[in-house]
Formats: sequence, C-alpha cells, structure tokens
Amino acid sequence: MGAFYAAVAVRGFRRYATYRMATAAGVFTNSVFGLIVSYSYIALWDQRPHLGGYTQAQALTYVWVGQALLMTMALMGGGFEDELMERIRSGDIAVDLYRPADLQAWWLSADLGRSAFHLLGRGVLPMVCGALVFDLALPSDAVTWLLFLVAVALGAVVSFAVRFLVALSAFWLLDGSGVTQVAWLAGLFFSGMLLPLTVFPGWLGVVARALPWAAMLQVPADVLLGRDSGPSAAGALAFQAGWAVVLLGAGRLLQTVAARRVVVQGG
Amino acid sequence: MAESAERWEAADAGPRGVGRVRRRPGAAAFQAGWAYLLIVGMWVRSTMAYRLSFVMTALGNFAATALDFVTIVLMFAHVRVLGGFTLPEVAFLYGTTSTAFGVADLLMGSMDRLGRRVRDGTLDTLLLRPVPVLAQVAADRFALRRLGRITQGLLVLGWALMRVDVAWTPVKVVLLPVMLVSGAAIFCAVFVAGGAFQFWASDASEVQNSVTYGGNTMLQYPPGVFARELVRGVTFVVPLAFVNWLPALRILGEPDPLGLPGWVDFLSPVVAFCCCALAGAAWRAGLRSYRSTGS
Repeated sequence: MGAFYAAVAVRGFRRYATYRMATAAGVFTNSVFGLIVSYSYIALWDQRPHLGGYTQAQALTYVWVGQALLMTMALMGGGFEDELMERIRSGDIAVDLYRPADLQAWWLSADLGRSAFHLLGRGVLPMVCGALVFDLALPSDAVTWLLFLVAVALGAVVSFAVRFLVALSAFWLLDGSGVTQVAWLAGLFFSGMLLPLTVFPGWLGVVARALPWAAMLQVPADVLLGRDSGPSAAGALAFQAGWAVVLLGAGRLLQTVAARRVVVQGG
Repeated sequence: MAESAERWEAADAGPRGVGRVRRRPGAAAFQAGWAYLLIVGMWVRSTMAYRLSFVMTALGNFAATALDFVTIVLMFAHVRVLGGFTLPEVAFLYGTTSTAFGVADLLMGSMDRLGRRVRDGTLDTLLLRPVPVLAQVAADRFALRRLGRITQGLLVLGWALMRVDVAWTPVKVVLLPVMLVSGAAIFCAVFVAGGAFQFWASDASEVQNSVTYGGNTMLQYPPGVFARELVRGVTFVVPLAFVNWLPALRILGEPDPLGLPGWVDFLSPVVAFCCCALAGAAWRAGLRSYRSTGS
C-alpha cells in the first residue's frame, strides 16, 4: 500500500514539473518580491537591530525562506483543494469514494509530491538569488539543514491537513470560495509570511505562534536560523507533529461524516 | 488546421485585411469602449445574481489588501519613522498607489487570463467577434469584487490626508487627482503589456505579477528604503515611480533620492500616455504574431 501512495506522490511531483515556463516565471516573481521585502526589512532592522530576536542577516534569511516556502506550503492557494472541491460540487466525489484508495491519503500523497516539486523548483533558485544579493545567515552544518527539511515536511503535512478541512466544507456549502478565501487570508497572516510572528506585538504574537499556521513558515525558518536547536528543535518539531496529528484526525472525522451525506443519483 | 490559423490571421490583420472598412481612429476607440462596457455590464449582472457571494468576495478582497497595511502598521509599532517617512506619510504613499493600482486591476486585471485562452484555443472565439480583442480580453470575467481594493486604498488615503503634515497649495491639490489617474493609466499599460507578453509565453503570466503586484508593494514604501539601482530601474525602465513616488515626494515636500530636476514631478500624465502608446504597440505586435493551437 505504501508503494501505491508513493507512486501517487511521484505523479504529483511530475504533474507540476511539466510546466517549466511557468516555473521559471514563478522563480522570477518570487525573487522580485524577495528583493522588495528585503529592502523594507533592512530599513526596519537598521533602526531596531535585534527586532524579534533576529539580527539583520537572520531577518533577510527569513524573507528568502518565506519566498522559498510560499508555494511549497501553498500559502496563496494553488494546491489540490480547488480540484477536490470541484469534484465534490460536481458529484465526481462519489466515484472517488468507492475506489480502493483512501480519499485523505490519496490527496495527501499527491499534495506532498507537489510540495516536494515546489520546494526544489520554486524554492532553491530564489534562495540562491537572495544569497547572491544579500548577506544571509545560512547554517553551515548538515544537521541543521536536515532538521530544516524535517520541519518543512511536517509543515507541508499541516498545510495539507488545513486545506483538506477547507475542501471538505464544500460537502455542506457547495461553493467553497468564501471558506477558501478566509483560510487563505489566515494562512498568509498567521504563517508569518507578511512579517515574522516574533515581531507581532503582545498577545497577538502569543496567539499567532500557537496556531497551526506557525508550523508552515515560522517554525521551519527558526529551525534553519538555529534559533531552535537541540532540545528546543525537538520541541518545535513536536509542535508541528502535534498539529499534524490533530488536524489530520479532524479531517478523517469530517470525511467520515461527509461520506454519509453523499447521495448518489441513480440513472 | 493550418488553414484556419491563416484565416484568423487575415481576419486580424486590421484595416489591410479582407472585408474590413477603414474607420476613423476616434470611431474605433468609441466602438472598443462601448463593447467593453457592454461586456462589463453582462458580467456585473451575472455577479449580482449571487449577491451574497459578491459581498463576501468583495469583503475578502478588501481584507486581503488591508493585510498589507496591517503589516505596515505592525512595523510602525516598533519604529517612529521608516526610510525617513512617518506612518501618515507612508499611508499617503500606500493610499495613492493602492487606489491607482486598484482602478487598473478592476479595469484590466483580467489580462492575465489571456495565456490560458491561448493555451486552450478559446482566444479564437474572440477573434471571430466584430469587436476589438483587447476590449474583450480586458472585460472577460470582469471582477466587481475588486472594488474592495479601491475602497481600502481610498480609506487609507483619506486617513493619510487628515493626518499628514502638508502645506496645501493649489498646485498640490490638482497634483493629487492627476497622479491617481496617471498612476491607474500606467498600471493599465503594464497589464496590457503583460497580456501581450503571453502571446509568446502563454505559461508565464506570473511574470507580470512581479511588476503589477510587486510594483504596487514597492510603491507603498518610501523610495529611500530601496537600493539606488532599483529606484533607477522603476524610474527609467518600468516608470512606476511616476505612479506616486515622484508626485508624492513633491506633495510631501521630501527630497528625491535620485536628485532629478523638479519639473519631472509633474511628468506623470506624459509618462502615462507614452506607456499606454507603447503597451498598445506591444499588444498589436503580439496579436499579429498569434498562431492558433488549432485544437
């Protein structure tokens, strides 16, 4: 069964790898945004050198990690959820449900394949571009990079779990565009894409750092920056894994309830 | 299908093509504008069939753009000035570029769908209709929800105008609406040029986001924040600096980091006109080079 889902993941990867021109265009756009945001952070950190506990080099690294993970975590949409919602709306979901594959595991595999492609195709080059233009605080030891990859993988699972819940809302709402939009806004803001969550003032920061979206960008970035190392890195990864388990569990529960709602039209 | 591809081309060769009557440019522009309005009206009626959905997506559009401003406010929770500008001054930059970009996004924001039409062949349908293709593409799936962005930009601009410390003169009062209109025209030209680019690179519609959305983000911050070469780039190469930076620096009485002569601050309408002319030329060149997929 594992080999089957691995094959689904590989095809998820290849499906997105087909569009090379689109990938090149995306890399360009990520790099331009990284450049613009970097300069606004430089102005901010010039005045407050240790804002949010980051040095200026660390803050700039954070910007480029953000650009690298924007598509990997599907923070602005573009994952599987639109497709799944369309299948629910059109009724094709009935066919999916009696296939000998689990709905959640199928889409998780396909989406992890997509994430892996976006990490390589859309993440590496903008990061290189950022490192060429600015002084970044990238780690030199392999362990930190390895921990970072684990954190990215866990973040991708949390990201999937949230979007799976969003997609399943279509069973009740049919048109899920409102929920998608709210989830997209929450993701953009609470993942730390606009500003690191460590810079959020007071209780807003405390709440934001406890929400699942923190697992998608803030935690991987902090692991890479070495702010979470040793036992605190284990804590950070456990935070991600905890949310992954809770949200995947909720998705499974909702899937069971939703499957009971499906009424297949005869004829 | 090569034969039909040739026919599309002949149909679009303009006044020199078969069966086309040469018309005065004024009449052609009027016809394009009228067609644009008709198609827009159709999409607005279709949007209004689902009123609740429209209200929700418009609010979402408002909230999405408002997050940009929340980010700036959060930054100012830690500093008093950013790049030499206070919060009301940055809000003035934010409000002017957001309003100008919002108007362009409402009028021309559908241009990034062109690549998809080129890929799946539905552009051919537009070529068959007796209406300029640009008007059809620009009005395609007209999204009234984008009023959300304009509203948000205007609100921030209004707040900035109340709080900003400016000695208003008649010249400055006139400069404000002039810069909003010129800015919208410059962004419209960027959208059209981006659309033209998709005739050659139908998968690369995301490139234009770096100039449209990216440019809009950049113009929200004071020019002093950015590297000199970058400011030169958006002044002389893609002249986004004329959307708000140069006229806004004049209104706010701040020095120009490039040290350009003072009269340049008033050039926005001229620059906007040139951009539109260039974008129009690029569009015609793109349309002429179009070959149908034939499927």
